[in-house]
Amino acid sequence: MADVLEKKEEANELLIDRQPKEPLLSKKNRKLLNDPLNDNNPITVQVLGICSALAITVKLYPALVMSISVLFVMAAGNVIVSLMRNFIPNRIRIIVQLVVVASLVALVDQVLKAFVYDVSKELSVFVGLIITNCIIMGRLEAFALGNTVWKSFLDGIGNAFGYAWILLAVAFFRELLGSGTLFGFQVIPDAWYLANGGFYSNNGFMLLPPMALITVGIIIWVQRARNTKLIEE
Amino acid sequence: MDVNKNSYTFLFATAMVVVVAASLSFVATNLKPFQATNLEQEKMQSILSSIQIQVERSEAPKAFEIYIKEAIVLQESEAVEGQDAFSIDLAKEIRKPDEKRLSPLYIAEKEGEIYYIIPLQGNGLWGPIWGYVSLKEDINTVYGATFDHKAETPGLGAEINTPVFEDQFKGKQMLDSNLSFVGIDVRKGDASSEYEVDGISGGTITSDGVEAMILDCVKGYVPFLKTYSGAIATALLITE
Repeated sequence: MADVLEKKEEANELLIDRQPKEPLLSKKNRKLLNDPLNDNNPITVQVLGICSALAITVKLYPALVMSISVLFVMAAGNVIVSLMRNFIPNRIRIIVQLVVVASLVALVDQVLKAFVYDVSKELSVFVGLIITNCIIMGRLEAFALGNTVWKSFLDGIGNAFGYAWILLAVAFFRELLGSGTLFGFQVIPDAWYLANGGFYSNNGFMLLPPMALITVGIIIWVQRARNTKLIEE
Repeated sequence: MDVNKNSYTFLFATAMVVVVAASLSFVATNLKPFQATNLEQEKMQSILSSIQIQVERSEAPKAFEIYIKEAIVLQESEAVEGQDAFSIDLAKEIRKPDEKRLSPLYIAEKEGEIYYIIPLQGNGLWGPIWGYVSLKEDINTVYGATFDHKAETPGLGAEINTPVFEDQFKGKQMLDSNLSFVGIDVRKGDASSEYEVDGISGGTITSDGVEAMILDCVKGYVPFLKTYSGAIATALLITE
């Protein structure tokens, strides 16, 4: 018995010594992915990145392209900064982060212009404004500078998805109620419309920025009602 | 290694700038052809839309081939040889004095009618605005117009590229009763005559820009068209 205990202790010591590799998706790492989706959502909880959430959520398609672009910039930015974290001079670290983000965004912008030109016209200045999306700089400064590459990657992906699902949810309601379409396809039957003798008409107000803010507000309300962790004293 | 030494900081910043600049210019150079194709297709698309032909961007080159019969370049109201109308950068041309300016002209044929398409380029409030206006065979009546802009205010000046604004130009006239060129007045309200259209509320400077752009860009074509439109028409009809 004592023998076994001793061995166990020895093993424990070894554990502490060598810090064996965490599994790739350990509980802690999964938390990095899941947390930003709900408990620590960048938009609804931290209220970052609101500007783009208002601007490009009139239709689902641009919202999706924006989400993918942010996903790329966030994951790649986190990975690059994390890789360099031991070499970045402390005094210019914000500038370095900015350069990393800005060059990734310039890259995204060029790719969009080359392959999805119409979307890039629609997103226009907002692609450039990814640089100023506080979520990205926030994650680089708060997370990637102090964590390993894999963790930073997960954190980037997690936050980008947290951003994306809110964006898509807002765009879903705005496009459905404002234009009667989803991804450009008519979903409200033609016969329902007043013009065709029906009872329905699109709500033009949904297309305007204030309704994006109100939609985000409603999402925050629903989220807080369901998630007791978020309720402040 | 001390990463906070001044010399290291300078070295790091320099290396970073070089690496970033090199990689971005590499990407930009490689994507350039794709982007150029997109811009070209978009240009064809807007030229076609000024003669009321709406096509998808990817279909534009094909339709352009079908409808646009001739593209010529004018200088001082005379046709000049050896210039490619499509590749002329109008933004540069409008800064040149009148006698040096090269002006492209597209001649389209649609359903047996001939239309003259004149490219426009001017300044809005925040940046360049441009467009195309097509004239009917009488060189007077506007058949269609299309505008676009780089950076006008959304909801205000940016409205110049909406059909609501563009469609007003259809059927308007450019020449007065003595057949001299007057252009089209983009007015603040009460546009009633055939020389006037309604400007955009809140977009006065952009609206004025459209008016000035039409005045400036179309006037050079009028003497040429007056002289040669008959010849162009017969030439085109003969080649049919």
